[in-house]
Amino acid sequence: MVKKIPIGPFHPILEEPEFFELHVDGERVVDIDMTIGWSHRGIELLSEHKTWDQVPFLVERVCGICSCSHPYAYVKAVEDLLQIEVPERAQYIRAIVAELERLHSHLLWTGLAGHFIGYNTVFMWTWKYREPVLDILEAVTGNRNHYAMMRIGGVRREIPVEEIPNIRKMLDDLVEKNKMLTGAIVDDPVIHARTEGVGILDKKMCRLYGALGPTARAGGYNIDARRDHPIDAYGKIDFDVIVCENGDVYDKAVVRQLENFESIKIIRQALDKLEALGPGDICTEIGEVPPGEGIGVYEAPRGEVLHYIRSNGGNMPMRHKIRAPSFNNILTNEYSVVGDTVADAGLITAAVDPCYSCTERVGRIDRNSGERWIMSEGDLIRMSQEKTEEIRKMMTGK
Amino acid sequence: MDLKYLFFYLIFPGFLFTGVVGLLTTWVDRKVTARVHWRVGPPWYQPFADTMKLLGKEVIVPAGSKKTGFLLMPVIGLAAATLASTIIWLANLFSVSFVGDSIVVLYIMTIPAIAMILGASASGNPLAVLGASREMKLLFAYELPLVISMLTTVYKAGSFSFERILAEQASSGIMLGSASGIIAFIVMIMCVQAKLTFIPFDIPEAETELAGGTHIEYSGAPLAVIKLNTAIMFFVLPVFMITLFWGGVSFAGWSILTSILKYVAIVVIIVLIKNTNPRVRIDQALRFFWGPMLVLSVVALVLAVLGY
Repeated sequence: MVKKIPIGPFHPILEEPEFFELHVDGERVVDIDMTIGWSHRGIELLSEHKTWDQVPFLVERVCGICSCSHPYAYVKAVEDLLQIEVPERAQYIRAIVAELERLHSHLLWTGLAGHFIGYNTVFMWTWKYREPVLDILEAVTGNRNHYAMMRIGGVRREIPVEEIPNIRKMLDDLVEKNKMLTGAIVDDPVIHARTEGVGILDKKMCRLYGALGPTARAGGYNIDARRDHPIDAYGKIDFDVIVCENGDVYDKAVVRQLENFESIKIIRQALDKLEALGPGDICTEIGEVPPGEGIGVYEAPRGEVLHYIRSNGGNMPMRHKIRAPSFNNILTNEYSVVGDTVADAGLITAAVDPCYSCTERVGRIDRNSGERWIMSEGDLIRMSQEKTEEIRKMMTGK
Repeated sequence: MDLKYLFFYLIFPGFLFTGVVGLLTTWVDRKVTARVHWRVGPPWYQPFADTMKLLGKEVIVPAGSKKTGFLLMPVIGLAAATLASTIIWLANLFSVSFVGDSIVVLYIMTIPAIAMILGASASGNPLAVLGASREMKLLFAYELPLVISMLTTVYKAGSFSFERILAEQASSGIMLGSASGIIAFIVMIMCVQAKLTFIPFDIPEAETELAGGTHIEYSGAPLAVIKLNTAIMFFVLPVFMITLFWGGVSFAGWSILTSILKYVAIVVIIVLIKNTNPRVRIDQALRFFWGPMLVLSVVALVLAVLGY
């Protein structure tokens, strides 16, 4: 007999509202329904009503964790339109902040994953070790989160030279703690029992669903926007892309843990370069933004984030499109959850490190009847064509 | 029926005493857990404050539930846990015992779990029903090794009564002093962990999978009763183990101190196991208890028969 077990819209395993309906036979999941649209905030539309310089602060709020990746991709999109080069010093500062963000994001996930399998000690310890990363971020940017560092043409704040030895010391401590944590995950037999062979997403399926970031790399799909589209400092820094083979939850954890070491490696190199460069300019002044379009791509902790902007020569973006990595990754649950047990379903949905608010698209619901509409491909194409027609009329003034 | 026994059941060593010490034990649990987590932990009266607060909260009965069963089951569980505690303590303190009381206690101690299964099923929530089915599977898993490890002690004492078991330990040394006793003790600790539905065997409740599972629909006073029930079981089971393996508890002179130490030692072992393991899946739990634990308990029994 097939029963329906709801995970969500509000559930302890979800930090944000999202709705998974599991169709289960006993404990085994035979099908899964996913519904998004519970926290749509209309960020893209808001962004089209802000000036170019205000948008970074808005897109920072797309996601509480990727609060550097989204502005990074956005400023790269505008810089792509403007065809300008960022001062070298600013490039390294950008890399440092972005990699610190990856560190704290991956540590946050490891802690949460521990909590999801009931291992609260791992949860608490990981989050304790995450604190120094936030301290460094506070020292560098002034904020623990929402760093407000990115600016079109460069960064907003300098990293003072006297801070650098302190940051290095904290990173050294972090390497030791991360080694211990990785050891604890690799050595624990019960963690192996719970995560190995669970929620497998192999290379073929990664390609098919367009999985991104650690989710794809755990399955052997070797993609990383930092290496594939080296922006700013990433072309000048030496780092490895961690790839595993099996694509189960265990590999997803291992990929993230090992990426922490790579992030520390990148930060150390960038700090070296900063010291070698000496004081200098951190931002290029920009003038008017000409009409045109630009694309910015950056590897956020969860995978490739893409920002597209279109300008009509005014002081605001005319169109701003955001594609967050979780949108691709959450869909992979359709394949990886089915066939596993209810006990694993929550863990598997959490293993892609989902960020539901980033993903949200508008959903349509009738307030009186409670009926929901699902937009077909045809509907969306029609709506998009109508919008394009509207924009064309507006631009040509006809 | 003697009024004396009513006093025993309601005041000491029954409901009041067991409830108070049980809640204090949950405080020890929370404090030790907090220290392991590098947190500060609550003050000692926190469990009492929580219970009082819950008792004053609104009781919500879900629309699709069977009301009587839903509300009655926590109380039945509480009554059973209290009865088990009373029997064990009377045997320990006043040598009030009867033939086969250990079997009776073993049976009574399964009632809270069964009451939870029935109460959860009566709530009509799909997550609670799933939790109930897991609780049932878990019950089947741990009962067999639990009984066999108890039989080790029973064989050595030559009797099913607590009094004889305690007398045997007083005359020829505690059960933990022998190889078979140690093995049976280890098996029983694991079974107790499952009986208390603590991590790694908190599968029926599984906060992050079933959002509370069997408890999900309970609120207010019934939830307070369930929490009290868990607290009492957390008190009863270690005392049950001390009685079987570690020479029992006593309030005479200095032995009150050693009794408390024995008790706290077992509680801390349970709490540490709870904090150093992730939750296992139900199939893994079943395999664990019917595989290694069953084998170990049989080994302990065979060793006991051979005289080790």
